[in-house]
Amino acid sequence: MIEAVALSKEFDGFLAVDDVNLSIPSGSVMALLGPNGAGKTTTVRMLTSILAPTRGSARVAGYDVVQHPEAVRSSVGVLTEQHGLYERMRAVEYLDFFGQVYHMTAALRRSRALELMERFGLTFALKKQLGDYSKGMKQKLALVRAMLHDPPVLLLDEPTSAMDPQSAKLVRDAIVDLQRDKRTFLITTHNLAEAQQLADTIAIIRHGRIIANDRFENLAQQFVGEPVMELHVRDAVEPLMAEISDLVRVEEQGMHWLRYRVADPDRTNPLVVNRLVAAGAAIISLKPISKTLEEIYLQVMSEDQTEQGGIVEHLR
Amino acid sequence: MNTSANQPLDTLDVLVPLAYGPDERSSLRRTLSNALIVTRREVRDSVRDWRIMGPILLLTFLFPFFAQFVAGRFSSYLEGFGAEILGDRTVPFLLMVVGFFPISISLVIALETFVGEKERRSLEPLLSTPLTNTELYIGKTLSAILPPLLASYAGMSVYLLFLMGAETVWKPPALLIVQIFLLTTVQGLVMITGAVVVSSQTTSTRAANLLASFIIIPVTVLIWIESAIMFLAPDAESAGGIGALWALIAGMMIVVLLLLRVGNSTFNREELLGKSLDSINLRAFFRRLWTGVRAVDESGTPARNLLEWYRRSIPLSIRRLGAALPITVAVFLLALIGGFIFGMVGPWQLNLPQGLSLDAAATSIDSYTGILFQGNAIVGIFMQNWRVLSLASALAVFTFGAGALILTPATYLILGFLISQIVLAGYSPAFIVPAVLTHGIIEIPVIVIATAAALKLGAVITRPSGNVTVGGAWSAALTDVVKLWLGVLLPGLLLAAMLEALVTPIVVAAFISA
Repeated sequence: MIEAVALSKEFDGFLAVDDVNLSIPSGSVMALLGPNGAGKTTTVRMLTSILAPTRGSARVAGYDVVQHPEAVRSSVGVLTEQHGLYERMRAVEYLDFFGQVYHMTAALRRSRALELMERFGLTFALKKQLGDYSKGMKQKLALVRAMLHDPPVLLLDEPTSAMDPQSAKLVRDAIVDLQRDKRTFLITTHNLAEAQQLADTIAIIRHGRIIANDRFENLAQQFVGEPVMELHVRDAVEPLMAEISDLVRVEEQGMHWLRYRVADPDRTNPLVVNRLVAAGAAIISLKPISKTLEEIYLQVMSEDQTEQGGIVEHLR
Repeated sequence: MNTSANQPLDTLDVLVPLAYGPDERSSLRRTLSNALIVTRREVRDSVRDWRIMGPILLLTFLFPFFAQFVAGRFSSYLEGFGAEILGDRTVPFLLMVVGFFPISISLVIALETFVGEKERRSLEPLLSTPLTNTELYIGKTLSAILPPLLASYAGMSVYLLFLMGAETVWKPPALLIVQIFLLTTVQGLVMITGAVVVSSQTTSTRAANLLASFIIIPVTVLIWIESAIMFLAPDAESAGGIGALWALIAGMMIVVLLLLRVGNSTFNREELLGKSLDSINLRAFFRRLWTGVRAVDESGTPARNLLEWYRRSIPLSIRRLGAALPITVAVFLLALIGGFIFGMVGPWQLNLPQGLSLDAAATSIDSYTGILFQGNAIVGIFMQNWRVLSLASALAVFTFGAGALILTPATYLILGFLISQIVLAGYSPAFIVPAVLTHGIIEIPVIVIATAAALKLGAVITRPSGNVTVGGAWSAALTDVVKLWLGVLLPGLLLAAMLEALVTPIVVAAFISA
C-alpha cells in the first residue's frame, strides 16, 4: 500500500531524506521513529505529494506520488504535526468543508462526521467554535478530519500527543479497529510505548537515513540481544550464584534478586529452577524482563552514532 | 482511470471517494467548483472577523455620505467664483475614491491569503487535500477579491444614490459611471492579484505587508493619473465616456491577467511549506551566477577557455532565449512597418522639401564625419545604445518583459516613419540601406539579442518551465543575460559604435556621391 524506493529530498544542498526505502503492506502499521529533524515530516510530506522527491520514487495506494499527486492525496488521510484548525469555524462546518473537498455527498459528510465525532467523544462539541476547543479536543478533531473520507492510507504525525490517557486509548483503539479493516498506517511518534503497542514494523530514521527497519521482535534480537530473566528468592541470592554460573550469565544482582541473560529460556529456565530448589532456595518468582522499544531505539541510535563517528574519524 | 499506472494496489479503492482521478483534472468546471469550495469557506471566515468587517462597513456606508457632503460644499463654494466646472469634475473622482477605499483596506485579506494561513499552521492540512494548485489559487484569490469588490460596489452605489437625491451637484454621464465602476474593478483586481502573489511568495505577514508598498504606490500614482484625466479630459461629458480611461481599463486588465498567470505559475506547495526564512545570501547568489556564466552545458560544466566559452556557452544561452527571439524580431518588423504606415497618414507627415541636391547632402555628411572623427563619437554612440538597452532590461523586470518591447522597437518605428517621409518627398530611400546596415549588421543582431534576453528575464516569472521554481527560472534567465552582455552585447555595441562613427558616414557619402 505504501512503497518507497530510494526516496530522497534535498533542500538547497541539505539532504533531508536520504535513500529511504519503505514497504508497508495493506492493513499494517509502521511506526517511523527518530529524533527531531531526522526527516520524518519530510518523508510524510513526500508520501502525501506535498513535496516532490529529489530522487527515488514512491507509490501510495497504487498511485505514483509525482505523477498522480491529487489521486495520492485523495487516498490518504493526513494528521499533520500541527493540528491546523480554522479557529473561527464550528466543528460541523469544518468537517463539512473537508468533506466537500473530498467530494463526499452531503448525507455522507454528515453521517461520517457524526459517527467519528461520537467515536472520539466529541459529539457534545459539534457546534462549538474550534477556537474554544482544548488542545486534546483539537487533536482529536484533526484526527477525525484525517479519517473523514475513509482513506485506505493514514499518515499520522504524533496522533496522541496532547491527549489525556483516556483519549489516547480511544485513538489507539480506533487505529487497531481501522487496521482490522485493512487500513494502512504510517505513524511518526516519539511515544515509543505506543509505537511498540501499535506497530507491526518499526523504522528508525536518523539524519534522513533509515537505520533500522524490521518487526519489533527482530529488532529486539538484533540490537538488544538475548532475553533477560529476573529471579526473586526469599533469602540472600549470593550463595546461589555458584549453582547456576555454568548455565547462565548473571548480569545484575541485588540482595534477593538477580537478572541473567539466556539464549534458550525454554530449555535453560527449568534447569536453573531445579538447581536452585535442590540447593534449598525458596523461589518467589522467575519472569522475563520485557525489552522495550526505548531500549532498542537507544541502542540503534547509539550504534549508528558510533558508526558515524568511526566514518568521520576514518575520513579524517 | 484505465491505465495500470492509475490502478490502486488492491480493492480498497471502492472505499475511497476518488473524485480526483488524473483524467478529471482538466475539467474547467470541476476546477471552478473545487475552487469555490475554498472561496466559500474563506469568505465566511472573513465575514466572521470583525477586524476586517468593521472597517469595510464603516468605509462602505459612512464614506459616501462624507464624500457627498464634501462634493456639495465644494460645488457651492466654487459657484461663488463662477468655477462650477471644478466642483462638477470632483464628482467622478469622489465616486472613484469611495470605491477605492474599501479595496485598499481589504488588501490585508489578500496579503495574508497564503502566508497568514501558513503562520496559523492551517495551510498544511489544506495542502494535503486533493485540491490542485490551480484550484487552491483560484479559490483563495476569489475569496480575497469578492468581499472588497462587493463593499466597493456597495459604497459607490450608496454615493450614487446620494447624488441622485442632490439638486446642486452635477450628475456624471451614465457611461462615465460605468467606466468608474470598471476602473475600480480592475484597480481592485490589480491590487488583490498582486497581493495574492506577494502572499504566496513571502514567509511572514510582516514581510507581505512591507512588500505591499510595491502594490500601493503604483496604484496610488495610477489614481493621480486617472484623477488628472477626469479633471482635464475634453471628452469628460461625452456619452461614450472618456477615451483615455478606456485605454487604462484595457491596460490594467492585461496586468490583471498577467498577475493571475504569475500567481498561478508561482504557486507552489513545496515553496509554501518549505520556506520558513527569507534570508539573503549574496555570496551564494554571486557564486551561482558566476558558475552559470562559465557553464557550457545544463549541468554546469565550466568552460576550459575563452574559445570554448564562445563556442559552447554563448550558443547555449542564445538557444535558451527560445520564443523570445522570434517574438522580438516580429515586434521590430511590425514597428518598422507600423512606422512607415503611420508616416503615410496625412496629419503626421513632415512635408520635407522636395528636389534638393544629393551632392549637397553628401557634402554635409563629409562635415558630419569630420565631427565624428573628433574623438568621443564612438563613446557617445556606445553609451547611448548601452543606456537604452540597459533601461529596457530594467523595465522588463518590472513589466513581465513588456518594457523591453516598448523601448527598443521605438527606434524602428522612427526609422519606418523617416523612410515614409523620404519616399513621400520623392527621394529614393536606397541610401538608408548603407546608412543602417554598415554598422547595423552588428548592431541590429545585438539589439535583438539584448531585447530578447530582457523579454525572457521579465516574462520567465509568468511561466517557469518544468519543475523549476520561479526563483530558479529567474536566476537562470539572469545568468543568460549577464553572460550575453559580457560575451556578445558589450563587445558588439562597441564594435557597432566604431563602425557607425568611422565607417558608416564614409560609405553613405560614397553611396550618395556615386
